[in-house]
Amino acid sequence: MLYNEPSPHEVKVLTRRFGLENSASLDTYLATDGFKAFKKALEMTPEQIIEEVKISNLRGRGGAGFPAGLKWSFVPRNSPKPKYIVVNADESEPGTCKDRLLMENDPHQLIEGVLIAGLAVDAHAGYIYIRGEYRYLIEIMDRAIAEAYSCGYLGKNILGSNFHFDLYTHTGAGAYECGEESALLESLEGKRGVPRIRPPFPAVVGAFQCPTVLNNVETYCAVPAIIRDGGAAFAALGVPKAGGTKLTCLSGHINKPGVYELPLGFPVMKMIEEVGGGIRGGKKLKAFIPGGSSCPVLTAEECQDLTMDYDAMARKKTMLGSGGVVIMDEDTCMVRAALRIMRFYAHESCGWCIPCREGTTWIRKLLQRFHDGMGQRSDIALIGDLAKNMFGRTFCPLGDAAAMPTMSIVEKFYHEFEDHLDGKPCPYEKARQLVMA
Amino acid sequence: MADLVNLTIDGKPVQAPPGTLVIDAAKRAGIEVPAFCYYEGLSLQAACRMCLVEVEKMPKLMTSCTLPVAEGMVVRTETPTVAAARKSMLEFLLANHPLDCPVCDKGGECELQDMTFRYGAGESRFSENKVHKPEKQWSPVVFYDMPRCILCYRCVRICNEGMGVNALGIVNRGVVSEIAPNKQDHLECDECGMCIDICPVGALTSGAYRYHTRPWEMEHVGTICAHCADGCKTTLGVRNNQIIRGNNRDRSGINDEFLCVKGRYAFDFYNHPERLQSPLLKVDGKLEPVSWSQAIETVAKKFQQVREAGGKFAVVGSNHTSNEEDFYLQKFGRQVLGTGNIDHHRTGDVPALLDALSGKTGKLAVSADLYQRKAVLVVGADLALEHPFLSFQIRANYRHHQAHVYVVTPRPVREDAVAAVSLRDACADVFGPLESLRAKLAAEPELVIVFGDVVKGEAVRRLVDFGESLGIPVKYVALVDYSNSRGAVDMGLLPDAGGLALPEMLAAGDLDAFWVVGANPLKAGELRSRSAFVVVQDMFLTETARAADVVLPAACAYEKNGTVTNVCGEVQKLKKALGTMGTKPDLEIIGLIAREMGAAPVMGPWTAEKVFDEIRRSVRGYDIPVPVVAAGGAAQTMPVNGRIPLDGRPDLIRSARDSLFTSGTLGRYSKVLNSVVESRNNR
Repeated sequence: MLYNEPSPHEVKVLTRRFGLENSASLDTYLATDGFKAFKKALEMTPEQIIEEVKISNLRGRGGAGFPAGLKWSFVPRNSPKPKYIVVNADESEPGTCKDRLLMENDPHQLIEGVLIAGLAVDAHAGYIYIRGEYRYLIEIMDRAIAEAYSCGYLGKNILGSNFHFDLYTHTGAGAYECGEESALLESLEGKRGVPRIRPPFPAVVGAFQCPTVLNNVETYCAVPAIIRDGGAAFAALGVPKAGGTKLTCLSGHINKPGVYELPLGFPVMKMIEEVGGGIRGGKKLKAFIPGGSSCPVLTAEECQDLTMDYDAMARKKTMLGSGGVVIMDEDTCMVRAALRIMRFYAHESCGWCIPCREGTTWIRKLLQRFHDGMGQRSDIALIGDLAKNMFGRTFCPLGDAAAMPTMSIVEKFYHEFEDHLDGKPCPYEKARQLVMA
Repeated sequence: MADLVNLTIDGKPVQAPPGTLVIDAAKRAGIEVPAFCYYEGLSLQAACRMCLVEVEKMPKLMTSCTLPVAEGMVVRTETPTVAAARKSMLEFLLANHPLDCPVCDKGGECELQDMTFRYGAGESRFSENKVHKPEKQWSPVVFYDMPRCILCYRCVRICNEGMGVNALGIVNRGVVSEIAPNKQDHLECDECGMCIDICPVGALTSGAYRYHTRPWEMEHVGTICAHCADGCKTTLGVRNNQIIRGNNRDRSGINDEFLCVKGRYAFDFYNHPERLQSPLLKVDGKLEPVSWSQAIETVAKKFQQVREAGGKFAVVGSNHTSNEEDFYLQKFGRQVLGTGNIDHHRTGDVPALLDALSGKTGKLAVSADLYQRKAVLVVGADLALEHPFLSFQIRANYRHHQAHVYVVTPRPVREDAVAAVSLRDACADVFGPLESLRAKLAAEPELVIVFGDVVKGEAVRRLVDFGESLGIPVKYVALVDYSNSRGAVDMGLLPDAGGLALPEMLAAGDLDAFWVVGANPLKAGELRSRSAFVVVQDMFLTETARAADVVLPAACAYEKNGTVTNVCGEVQKLKKALGTMGTKPDLEIIGLIAREMGAAPVMGPWTAEKVFDEIRRSVRGYDIPVPVVAAGGAAQTMPVNGRIPLDGRPDLIRSARDSLFTSGTLGRYSKVLNSVVESRNNR
């Protein structure tokens, strides 16, 4: 099902089947160009498939934005080991809710994307790692996979092509950390979900010590369109160096929260005003999280003339991330926002490395005390200092993800911390309803 | 060497082989990079983030423990950024640390203390409540204090990788993560204590050592473990004439830091309440304490009478006494008492192996070979239980060098987990399974064959023939049981041609004097010569001692100097750690008897050094370099030229098959071993 009205600004590529009757069924999928791309890919060489993906400028949709075609090309073609395709459906970044829609409404698109990736790197088995909280999606995916098997789109000798491929779903157990690719692989192998030392990267040593392509759901879902209509057509939808569309999840103090497929490079203010219908209650924008809670927070001023693409965000020292946009209006208490974010990371830190394990909890405790009105002026610097000490020194990006929003909030909203000093009650208490993941 | 990688660390040009980690390359160049989780020989973690260094052209600080050296790499370990990172890591570590150093066992030798002292973060900016959990006892010897734990995972790795036991893991996540034992609230493991030893802080503490002392109050004496034949060096912490702990943190000796439960804890037999501290003389059928002079006089007089009357002596030696004592005893028996009835409890067919290999060099393996050689074949022994150190070596070899391990045993053994091939020889004929391995073994570049007491007598020669027919360099180890079982054989505690072997001694009805030094032959047997004069030198009133006319209280291995020879023929030095009142080393006891009998000129002085000199001159294979042994090293005995006299009695060779928690008579008097066994039985 769909949870919001579509917007006229949307460019529907990945979501084109959303809203169709029985959109999750194989019949609907086949009736709407389904598996056309796969059939086309069967005629192509692996090099051609990877080249097409490179041309499309498709960048990883999980958050890091690494070029997908390049990632695929790292898989050692002549390795005697089996290769695997792994789908990261452990969508846990606060503010992000797009992968669930893709799987719920169009599971066969994902299956087709996985199959094409399998062709590209000569893999014959794939795993969809779905977060445990998405239990209903596991059923949907399993049903779709069973359907694909029964119609010969999975299994042995697919479409008489001598290509065989097996696809499985695998459940996470409720750890944000398992969305990190190497921790996901550990968890997939049945171990404790802690990240691995890299290098080697999964492309070379991944699942079960074998070469593995590991991408986000949305990334795989873009692949059928790229192969079907050509990489250049997909690239043209976006901006240079970042092709195609991005599913953007609008949440927070906005009139029309939801998931919208917008071309990369869409202006931020236009997105808030026209796609999202403006700030709730006609309030003013205070802060903006562009791509999930791990991104440094932007102020309203910084959002003017800003566009939703990887490079533009990087210029503002933040990230497009996973597309989980969070809008905070003028009534938001930023100390509370920082606390809410840090509470999440302290809860989700896997405990593997020292700075993240200790830092997140310590900062959470500090912010809690501060927000409770027992903060001292020196605490403000301490919070920023601790975040800085975490940043760039942790084992995996979780520590950075926790540090970046904190550092940006302390830097950009310093005065709000000052407003909490000397036992003053939180001046923004009326905006308690901060809608965050 | 042409294939070395050139890099610069702190401005110093450094060369290192490819694949070397920056942290190791720095260490070799004399630059210390601090680390908690990095531990040589264990898998990499990069969890503690202490070893962060600056590397040119890298945007972030890099963990030097996971970074291999690269040509032209420029590393800086002492920049302000690095110093700040280290300081902040320590601050994070101390955030939840209880800072209970004044009562912590580790205080004074704690890596966290040392690092905090050296790299800063001495003041806390932390004012919130710390995470606290009560301390837990996991076994009689292992305690875990979660708040002190820095989660470096060393214990988890040494247990899993080093010991192959896999008893420790991690539960929970984030700041409340903690180490957990394999049985929910307790451990079921080897109780080796490696986890405690390797713990950089006081999170894992030893049940035997905790709250007994501060590290700096002890004297540390490196000696050889008194239990199995592997000859591990154990460094005893001694205070006020008491052994407080055993470990090998200085990584001296052949065993590096390895010790099993016996080496680490089972020194405690020395102050068992039943320890004999005065000579005993049988008066009216009861053993009464007497003075040393009276006891020695009685023994000497009686021995003299029997000798003059042309009576029959029998002498039983020990698996535990030093080479010097064994040598002195057999010399006394042969030259002073004029008897060839000398024996001991034989536990492995070393003579047959030496004989089969006579004239060949490079055939006797040292313990390091088990770690270095490309392939190992284990025949008929459960090494993990009977020879924990050899088992450790084989696992390390598999882990570090991917050695091929072949196992032919009657039952499943721990080595199976690392074995290329494991075969079960149900019918106890090992040659069937061995032949089936022939092709595989012949394809190995080299091999070490370790065999237990199932291979003895003629079978040893057959095994050597099998090994030599493979066409590859093969080395051998004949397993024996106890700390100086090998030395007892080498020193000649074996009957002369026509002399009585141990069962015959017990069965003979006409013995006039029966002299037992550090053995307990009457535990399972009975002495038929009821009228024989029985002299027993022992630490405890064993079954044999109870039957004695004179009992002489002996010093244990930790109370004397001397040398012992381990299962691989490596000679190492015993160093006296303490003395127990009323006891004397067996060497001195024998010397005193000799002096009393007027045999001192024949026997020579009874200092360990002088006797060792004589051993070097007269015992075949023992002309080993003195400085190596004197400096605490291990010198392997030389291969022997010419035939070894064999008495053709392989039936007398019988391993006691001690488990990890038993150690012959000695084990019965170790509180720790007993408590471990008890706690298991009570579960």
